[in-house]
Amino acid sequence: MKRVYPKEDACIDCKLCEVACLVEHSETKDIFKAYRETPRTLSKAFVEEDGPNSISIQCRHCTDAPCIDACITGAMQRADDDSPVIIDRDKCVGCWMCIMACPFGAIQMDVRKKDKHKVSSKCDLCPGRNIPACVEICPNRALFFEDRE
Amino acid sequence: MAVGDLKTNNYCDFIVDREQERCIQCQVCVRQCPYGTNIYKEADNIVVSDFSLCTGCHRCEAMCPTGCITIRRNTSQFREHANWQAADIKNIYKQAETGGVLLTGIGCDKDYPIYWDHILLDACQVTNPSIDPLREPMELRTFLGRKPDTLEFEEKAGKISLKTELAPQLVCDIPILFSAMSYGAVNLNFCEALARAAEASGTYYNTGEGGLHRTLFKYGKNTIVQVASGRFGVDKAYLDAGVAIEIKIGQGAKPGIGGHLPGEKVSKEVSLTRMIPIGTDALSPAPHHDIYSIEDLRQLIYALKEATDYTKPVSVKISAVHNAAAIASGIVRAGADIVAIDGVRGGTGAAPTMIRDNVGIPIELALAAVDQRLRDEGIRNQASIIAAGGFRNSSDIIKAIALGADAVYIGTPAMIAVGCTVCQKCYTGKCPWGITTNDPYLAKRLNPDIGAEQLTNLLKAWAREIKEFMGAMGINAIESIRGNRERLRGVNLTEKELKILGIKHAGE
Repeated sequence: MKRVYPKEDACIDCKLCEVACLVEHSETKDIFKAYRETPRTLSKAFVEEDGPNSISIQCRHCTDAPCIDACITGAMQRADDDSPVIIDRDKCVGCWMCIMACPFGAIQMDVRKKDKHKVSSKCDLCPGRNIPACVEICPNRALFFEDRE
Repeated sequence: MAVGDLKTNNYCDFIVDREQERCIQCQVCVRQCPYGTNIYKEADNIVVSDFSLCTGCHRCEAMCPTGCITIRRNTSQFREHANWQAADIKNIYKQAETGGVLLTGIGCDKDYPIYWDHILLDACQVTNPSIDPLREPMELRTFLGRKPDTLEFEEKAGKISLKTELAPQLVCDIPILFSAMSYGAVNLNFCEALARAAEASGTYYNTGEGGLHRTLFKYGKNTIVQVASGRFGVDKAYLDAGVAIEIKIGQGAKPGIGGHLPGEKVSKEVSLTRMIPIGTDALSPAPHHDIYSIEDLRQLIYALKEATDYTKPVSVKISAVHNAAAIASGIVRAGADIVAIDGVRGGTGAAPTMIRDNVGIPIELALAAVDQRLRDEGIRNQASIIAAGGFRNSSDIIKAIALGADAVYIGTPAMIAVGCTVCQKCYTGKCPWGITTNDPYLAKRLNPDIGAEQLTNLLKAWAREIKEFMGAMGINAIESIRGNRERLRGVNLTEKELKILGIKHAGE
């Protein structure tokens, strides 16, 4: 399946991927309104930085996903091996086992209680888009959406 | 803080005009400005700007996802005075505070005449047919190097072959080369982009005086290696790596001035390539300390030829100065295969502002004078001429070729192609576009994959336009326009200017 692959050498720490992800997953998908929504949508991509090095982290949608195995409610799921790993927000109870299990640190806590309870939050590869928003906006070709298997 | 500091702070050059209603506090501008102009105030959740730090590079404006930033000139004006322009006044303030030499980058920004804009090209109408370059083959291939005085042939067993031994030539698919920009002044990503674009376009890039990084040896067949007064990174492997060697005597932006790469820019890789300790200033002396005459120059030319077994053409690059024609004549007689002339508008990574703006002559006049002098002396065939310094587009280039250049060097256009906005702050080593910086955080902004594509596209576009010009003039080979000043006409030029340029006035 196609996944988002970061290229560390080209990541310039601008964090436009975070902006695009937030807007894409907001209620309105309008950049001005998205940043004024309360609570504000969480970006599912996040740039890790250390001095001159930076890299955009997204869910790797692992073939043998540890987060699915770790999930106690079956909220973390995928339709088949070629589908992205997604979270059923209704089933998620916010136990954070997926966060513990994820080897890439690609899952974060969503404690905004938007659905009245805490849930996990992670990349869903932008359903409805041909190219995920973060890949499309990246100004320095540091993100690739490819099938590399 | 002294009043002087207040002056230099408040009399800033640019205003970062931020439309706060459109600002989403994403802080992209904060991270993108290496000068710290944009600041996020967490307590108030607002991004503000310190205008005194803005260099007008437009990086934040280009990267802002909501387009809320406009960089504009500070419109605050001093009282009008024909002699005392704002720049002159501010320069004095700066020097009164620091006691230092004013520094700058890029080429001369003064309003000296740009002769290209006073020269018009010819085209065919009725009596001699023009050619459609999309239907007919057009030849831009250019050979740079010494051409023989005569050709002798011999016949052996019914087969005719060339008896004259030809000097080594650089074969360019297009008459445009990337001029010398040293690794150190620009970063490795830009060097790699230049090298890859040169390879893809069938032309050459020039290492400048900074040596050749080990990862770039593989682009050797598209590389001209430079030997300058500092001799940085010069050894046998370096000379052998390229296809031509250039001795740099001068640079258009700073004729008669040496180079100074500040220690901060001498990173580990730069140090390895230049063969100097990390963090030490790389000082190129103003003269070559072994060249004080044409005879000395001849010794170096032949030392380099000898070292490379006479397999590579040797170029000598000089700034366009008042007696460039006589110097060029000496250079050709000293045995150079190529003479490169860099005009007053030629770029630099760092030069004293006063030198950059006031020393040298425009390339148009120098080129015409050099070409004419070499023709008059009957030695024009002995060397090719590469013109450099301020070429902005394809028309400048074809006019230069008609004036007598064999090819041109482009430097500033190559930087603009990868994002440069000509902010003239190259000397700070903090280029926000990741070109003239070795700071790894900033250098990453120039992705060599993207840069090589942009540079290749630029050359492709200019080559297409040059073919259009040639087609309009009814010629199908660049050789037919080379030095053909009959196809040029001047407008708004004096008799003297026309005489030096060797062209007729429009209407003649």
